Amino acid sequence: MPAEDGKPHAGRTRWHSRDWMRGPRTDGPWRRGGDERLVGGVAAGLAGRTGLDVTVVRVGLVLATLVTFGYAAIAYVLAWLLLPVSGSDASIIHKAKSDRRGIALAAGLGTLLIVLVAVASAVGAGWLSAVEWPLVICTAGIALIWRNGTAEEQETMRRLAEPFVGLTGGGRRPRLVWRLIVAFVLFLVGTGILVSGHESIRMLAPLGGGVLVLAAIAVVLGPWWLGIARDLVAERRARIRAEERADMAARVHDSVLQTLAMIQRRADQPQQVIQLARAQERELRSWLFDGRAPGSMDTEMTLSAGVRHIQQEVEAQHGMTVEAVTVGDCELDDDLGALLEAAREATVNAAKWSGADVVSVFAEVEPGEVSMFVRDRGKGFDPDAVPADRKGLAESIHARMSRRGGEASIRSAVGQGTEVSLTMPRAVGKRQSSRS
Amino acid sequence: MSPASGPVPSVVIVDDHGLFRSGVRSELGDRVNVVGEAEDVEPAISLISRILPDVVLLDVHLPGGGGQLVVGAVKAEHPEVRFLALSASDAPEDVIAVIRSGARGYVTKTISGADLVDAVVRVAAGDAVFSPRLAGFVLDAFASLPEAAEAAGLGPSFDPELDQLTTREREVLRLIARGYTYKEIAREFTISSRTVETHVSSVLRKLQLSTRHQLTRWATERRLI
Repeated sequence: MPAEDGKPHAGRTRWHSRDWMRGPRTDGPWRRGGDERLVGGVAAGLAGRTGLDVTVVRVGLVLATLVTFGYAAIAYVLAWLLLPVSGSDASIIHKAKSDRRGIALAAGLGTLLIVLVAVASAVGAGWLSAVEWPLVICTAGIALIWRNGTAEEQETMRRLAEPFVGLTGGGRRPRLVWRLIVAFVLFLVGTGILVSGHESIRMLAPLGGGVLVLAAIAVVLGPWWLGIARDLVAERRARIRAEERADMAARVHDSVLQTLAMIQRRADQPQQVIQLARAQERELRSWLFDGRAPGSMDTEMTLSAGVRHIQQEVEAQHGMTVEAVTVGDCELDDDLGALLEAAREATVNAAKWSGADVVSVFAEVEPGEVSMFVRDRGKGFDPDAVPADRKGLAESIHARMSRRGGEASIRSAVGQGTEVSLTMPRAVGKRQSSRS
Repeated sequence: MSPASGPVPSVVIVDDHGLFRSGVRSELGDRVNVVGEAEDVEPAISLISRILPDVVLLDVHLPGGGGQLVVGAVKAEHPEVRFLALSASDAPEDVIAVIRSGARGYVTKTISGADLVDAVVRVAAGDAVFSPRLAGFVLDAFASLPEAAEAAGLGPSFDPELDQLTTREREVLRLIARGYTYKEIAREFTISSRTVETHVSSVLRKLQLSTRHQLTRWATERRLI
């Protein structure tokens, strides 16, 4: 299983030859595994909790069930009922409490089984009573889970139950018949050994019989379970692929499509078209081959690239000219990221409200600080009689800057345009040349 | 919208795009006198040398080479002809090259008609015209000069007169880069517009006369795209 585990990056790289038993470990409250689940996700949850490999946990659970004559299975079913699946807070039992018909069904099934076991004991199959309580409790528990689990869980159970249903239904007859015959023989011999207790093999009886019974089960149900495991892996891969595609579409939209739109708008200016195309090409390359996200103002970007980004964005979205001038350059950190965000907001604001055709954005990197100015010659406003919406924006710019130790001031007068000045002290670093 | 005081300057337009030439011609209207057009380096040089206009509007990029070839060739014979460089791109090495060869200013082609007329009139009057972009380039270039000079061991050849901007010049350039007009800058510092002009011209002189080859190297290294 682990070799086929659909999450190739999740923990495989951490496996070394010596600690093959270890798996990725999770913190937080104990939850059942969602993605990694084979049946109920209890083993996956336990594995995540203890840091053991999930396969080791599964094998351990099966062995424990055999050794304890099924009592470990009770623990499994109870855990399935009581633990919420990862990413959720409600357990199945929580829902089942109000499911009267489900409780009635579980109680009925349990009673029926008790009666059946009693009858079986009466006709001589007394060994069944050894697994009576696990059988009863597990059946009742599974009935409750079946009725109250999520749609996904019901689907899983349905698929797990398929082989049993398939035994009565159609299918590939000849092979099925052969498998049933082999399984039947194995099962008979196994139970025979378990029950009869012939003198010479008494010591080996529990082990050998158990192995044969297991083999019988494996022969009958193995192929289905393999198929299910394969389906699970395929489904997980498909989901990952779909997510990747959605992510890609979003990024392409943010970068390439925006640029293409701008190229169309500037078709009469070959120089600018060339610049746009070249910038986009570089961005695309750095995304495809270096894994850097385009259009993101991450810390790998430099200040001048960030200013260019604002320029392109506002020009594309608001159809106005942004005169951007940058003096000096430096790597972005969180503080400068906030500065850029504030400048972007000021620029967008100018584009929306000023009514001017041009917004000037100026950024200068000095050894001790970085300052940015956003200026328009639009209608301006009276800072003492600010409309509510403008005030909110001014405050959001102010707040953004002051949180990081920077300063913002806004100068404006009716009919004389607006200028937003932003200053952010620099943490470390020297002035760099603006080559990018 | 400054009044067209004094004589109407005569202008030659050098650009390889016919559409752009006629567009500029109509935008300039009758506030300047467009006396000729040329579309490449060689024809431009002979035309300008023959007509000797007050101002040449010069595209930085021409099929036969950079606009600086035109400036260099004409200036050698007729230093009185003034050039105003225009470009659509902001590649600093081109802009710096044409300025260093002797152009009195640089504006982008997105400039409005009224601003262009204004720029032509000012260049004709002997002033320097800096676009925000150019101001940014110059600030950038001169800011990195002293350190670079020391690092390169060029101490002796470093001439503070030419290789450094004064504080006030730097402030003026900053305001230009922020989108201020000369008039607004004058109001900001409570100085006269004339003084602003003086500062800008002085920056232009430093830009052209500084022998520091860092300036050229900076310009060529600093490729925007």
